[in-house]
Amino acid sequence: MLKSKTFVKKTRAGGVMKIVREHYLRDDIWCGSEACRECKQESTVLQAEACIESNLCPYPHYVVPDTNVVLHQIDVLEDPVIRNVIILQTVLQEVRHRSAPVYKRLKDMIQAKEKLVYTFTNEHHRETYIEREQGESANDRNDRAIRVAVKWYSQHLKADGLKVVLLTDDQGNKEKAEESIDEYVKNLTANPELVDRLALSKDDKAEIISSKVLFPEHLPLSKIQSGIKSGTFLQGTFKASRDNYLEATVFVQGEGEESTEVLIQGLQNLNRAVHQDVVAVQLLPRNQWVLPSSVVLQDDGAAKDDDVDGDEEEKAVISAAEAAGKPTGKIVGIIKRNWRPFCGMLNVSQIKESTRHLFTPADRRIPRIRIETRQASTLVGQRIMVAIDGWPKNSRYPNGHFVRSLGSAGEKGTEEAVLLLEHDVPHQAFSQNVLSFLPKMPWGITPEDMIKRQDLRHLTVCSVDPPGCTDIDDALHCRELENGNLEVGVHIADVSHFIRPGNALDKEAANRGTTVYLCGKRIDMVPELLSSNLCSLRSNVERLAFSCIWEMNHNAEILKTQFTKSVINSKASLTYAEAQMRIDDTNKKDDITESLRGLNKLAKILKRKRIENGALTLSSLEVRFHIDSETHDPIDLQTKELMETNSMVEEFMLLANISVAQKIYDEFPDCALLRKHPAPPPSNYDILLKAAKSKNVEIHTDSAKALADSLDVAKVDGFSYFNTLLRILATRCMMQAVYFCSGMDSDFHHYGLASPIYTHFTSPIRRYADIIVHRLLAVAIGADITYPDLMDKHKQSALCNNLNYRHKMSQYAQRASVAFHTQLFFKSRGILNEEGFVLFVRKNAIIVLIPKFGLEGTVFFDSKDKAGPSLVFDEEIPGVSVAAPDVEPQAKKPKVDR
Amino acid sequence: MAGLELLSDQGYRLDGRKATELRKVQARMGVFAQADGSAYLEQGNTKALAVVYGPHEIRGARSRALHDRAIINCQYSMATFSTAERKRRPHGDRKSTEMSLHLKQTFEAAVLTQLYPRSQIDIYVKILQSDGGNYSVCVNAATLAVIDAGIPMRDYVCACTVGFVDETSLADLCYAEESGGVSSLALSLLPRGGQIALVQMDARLHQDHLDTLIEAAMTACKGVSKVLDQVVRQHLQEGSTLRE
Repeated sequence: MLKSKTFVKKTRAGGVMKIVREHYLRDDIWCGSEACRECKQESTVLQAEACIESNLCPYPHYVVPDTNVVLHQIDVLEDPVIRNVIILQTVLQEVRHRSAPVYKRLKDMIQAKEKLVYTFTNEHHRETYIEREQGESANDRNDRAIRVAVKWYSQHLKADGLKVVLLTDDQGNKEKAEESIDEYVKNLTANPELVDRLALSKDDKAEIISSKVLFPEHLPLSKIQSGIKSGTFLQGTFKASRDNYLEATVFVQGEGEESTEVLIQGLQNLNRAVHQDVVAVQLLPRNQWVLPSSVVLQDDGAAKDDDVDGDEEEKAVISAAEAAGKPTGKIVGIIKRNWRPFCGMLNVSQIKESTRHLFTPADRRIPRIRIETRQASTLVGQRIMVAIDGWPKNSRYPNGHFVRSLGSAGEKGTEEAVLLLEHDVPHQAFSQNVLSFLPKMPWGITPEDMIKRQDLRHLTVCSVDPPGCTDIDDALHCRELENGNLEVGVHIADVSHFIRPGNALDKEAANRGTTVYLCGKRIDMVPELLSSNLCSLRSNVERLAFSCIWEMNHNAEILKTQFTKSVINSKASLTYAEAQMRIDDTNKKDDITESLRGLNKLAKILKRKRIENGALTLSSLEVRFHIDSETHDPIDLQTKELMETNSMVEEFMLLANISVAQKIYDEFPDCALLRKHPAPPPSNYDILLKAAKSKNVEIHTDSAKALADSLDVAKVDGFSYFNTLLRILATRCMMQAVYFCSGMDSDFHHYGLASPIYTHFTSPIRRYADIIVHRLLAVAIGADITYPDLMDKHKQSALCNNLNYRHKMSQYAQRASVAFHTQLFFKSRGILNEEGFVLFVRKNAIIVLIPKFGLEGTVFFDSKDKAGPSLVFDEEIPGVSVAAPDVEPQAKKPKVDR
Repeated sequence: MAGLELLSDQGYRLDGRKATELRKVQARMGVFAQADGSAYLEQGNTKALAVVYGPHEIRGARSRALHDRAIINCQYSMATFSTAERKRRPHGDRKSTEMSLHLKQTFEAAVLTQLYPRSQIDIYVKILQSDGGNYSVCVNAATLAVIDAGIPMRDYVCACTVGFVDETSLADLCYAEESGGVSSLALSLLPRGGQIALVQMDARLHQDHLDTLIEAAMTACKGVSKVLDQVVRQHLQEGSTLRE
């Protein structure tokens, strides 16, 4: 089988080394075509009747894209119309090297069965391997390798009446009489809309370019690198300003903790950087340093075209440039573009026949993008996705291409898609590859499953959750033991039994990080079969669980803790309200109710103890929408009610989390995944202190305990909501709680819960962190095996970063979803009168909270046409003295400032 | 970008082999006339020369002699030019001492030492070019050299390294694979009886995978033994035709 061997020589930068590697060439690599009679392959991928309707290639053919086509036109290749594709190993490797996201998309494409993509290992095929020639660059060699492979294919399949079409944009390759993707796609008769998805190729770009050079040239990477080394340039992340499109800051990460911000002003200095790019900045001389301008500027030059608006922009900059202030700089080069597809709306060009239009992204920090499309009239009023292809130095706007339409603007589905995309929430359906790792149905518990599990099916376990919950991940039980003590068990869905480390399902879940709950919709972290069925601890079915069982006395002191994998059979799934009713109904004496009462009693003691230790009870408004079952429009909304049973479940979850955190930390001091909540710096409390002072209430912030105590006594007569308002403010003073790896940090304290150690164990269906904690705990008790990544603190730290990011984004997405539904709700309501409270006072506006709707909005004093009342703004005691006595914002529906 | 992809989705390794395939093995026996036995062996790009002297009287301190069997003295070294980076490799550094000890243990298990009491057998192995699997190549070369010297053994000792990647065992690792973060295991086997002479592993691996890995290593060793057997037979044939 081993035919011959040749040597591939390689040199590495920095100290030239000659590396010799073997390279075996084989003659048992098959072509993957159904029609082929020569190859002795067992299974084929490509069809014999490979037909894509095309004017250019009317014969049956396979498509072979080259590397650049894959990199730039993956949007087109992903379309279901394009099938029977051959991906060469050379292409796959080059893509892997050049772009990780495209590589992932390409891999998903290869995995998808209906796409009929075959990977041909041409580099190890005896007839298609070529050696690099003298003076040939690596790129040229790869191009040639692609051509050789295509040639081999066409000869190989000649007898079977099939042809192979190489898709390329490269001049050199084109001369070999292959097809360019432009022409190919343009000639696909079935799908005219695909044309728009083509990214601009080089020749097209030339047309658009006007003669005037608008931007300074970017420096080449080598110059940037030496500049950064010598300190003349700084490297940082570019953050565009939301309010002013001519202003941005670059965050430069300094040595250790400190980081500086460099201000960038003016179109020239911004020099085509886009939000989130990694850029190189050069500081301007000190006398040109400016302060950020307070003007709100939006780039709304629909009428003006490329190069007329110079004057106005200059003015806006100069007005702010009077006082010398912050470090200011200009962008000299882009180190890494962080472009993603952007959502937004199309501004149709006023010239009717024009095919070039501007696109306005939903995110105000992204500049407008010029795209080319023939279907502008259909795209108007739709939310569309656009990807940037490039930003030449003589173009006012970046050039991009249309990716896909999301639907009409304002529609629920469309807006949901937009907010998911904008918050980077992975929400595509699970790929075939991921689904292949699901257990086969019908699923049952096998004797092998029982080996390391305790049989707890006889216990009276029940679950308490919000109404309509289908992913039940926790259940509880409580019973009296013979010795008079109480046995309390928390049973958590055993998700780690189904999701094995390292497989595609696990990787997908790790990437998603968390389930995202939007109003009326849930974006699952794991496929539905697991989340709503096999893992969900539903009543009266046998389910696998991970149990944490304590023996407690009647003062809720833990005498013994035991962790075990188990099998349970939940006797009832209750809602909070149902559970509350059972507890309150003194006539009920059944096992479930007794168990609930026992739990409730212990929970109260636990809560009291926790608060004595200084745990904070904070408040934030959460609203629930009643959604119409037919139209899915919100019909009413209410703030979430809290019942005793809510806190009952919460107490035991906290207890389980803390017990598990201790256990895994004892077992794995280096690689336990924990959660911490740092104490906020004192300056964070300013808004809270000021607000309290306005009502002559004193708040102590020296410790969590002092804060909790002073919040408890902070009451004003006749203003019962004041305490809640303070708690809402206190919540905003807090830091974000984060996941971290115990080997990488020394501060474990959880400020809000006043616990020295904490982790997440209780919701593995919807949080990936819990799955890792389950795995660690399973190893600790000998119920499961470990794997290298679990014990690697650096890998785990990287995972924590992703999880923290996903959690943050999912929270933002949830808020955005609530805000959108609030708007939908008010669309049909007209003007309502509700009670509201002033949260903050600004120079020209107040921020008002309406508790009934959980809605917060900015009310401006002066609107566009009429001047506001004369106001005196006092920074110290925030408040505005108003001349006119009748400014009461209560009756007004606030504009929601998003 | 992430490191090398050790096993592609199509099942090919970096150098185009499949998971269970060995590198190409080529060997010659009797390369030195002066020594009692010698052999040269290539396994892919790893090349080793093994030379055997003895059995002879104990050299040096007589007190080392064992009254019931021969002692085996092994010395392992690497040529200055054996790796991409050229560096002096003094004798007796920690790595080569360890390797010498492993070789000694391997051959004490295989050679019928009790036939030569109060004597000594010297085995010198030198790596000329190194591309992964140094230990196993040394063992395979030394086996041929011992056979060439006519010293009776229980069986061939064949060695092979295996690694574990993506739930798959890779046989006969090359240097790129060894340094690419694979948990590797070296095993030497007396193939006919299936006895293991030495297992060595200092990477992390879950114990559940150990059996599959050892199984894969034993299969690979049996593959090596077939090749060695052929080499010995061919060498004998050449020797006998010459004498005729």
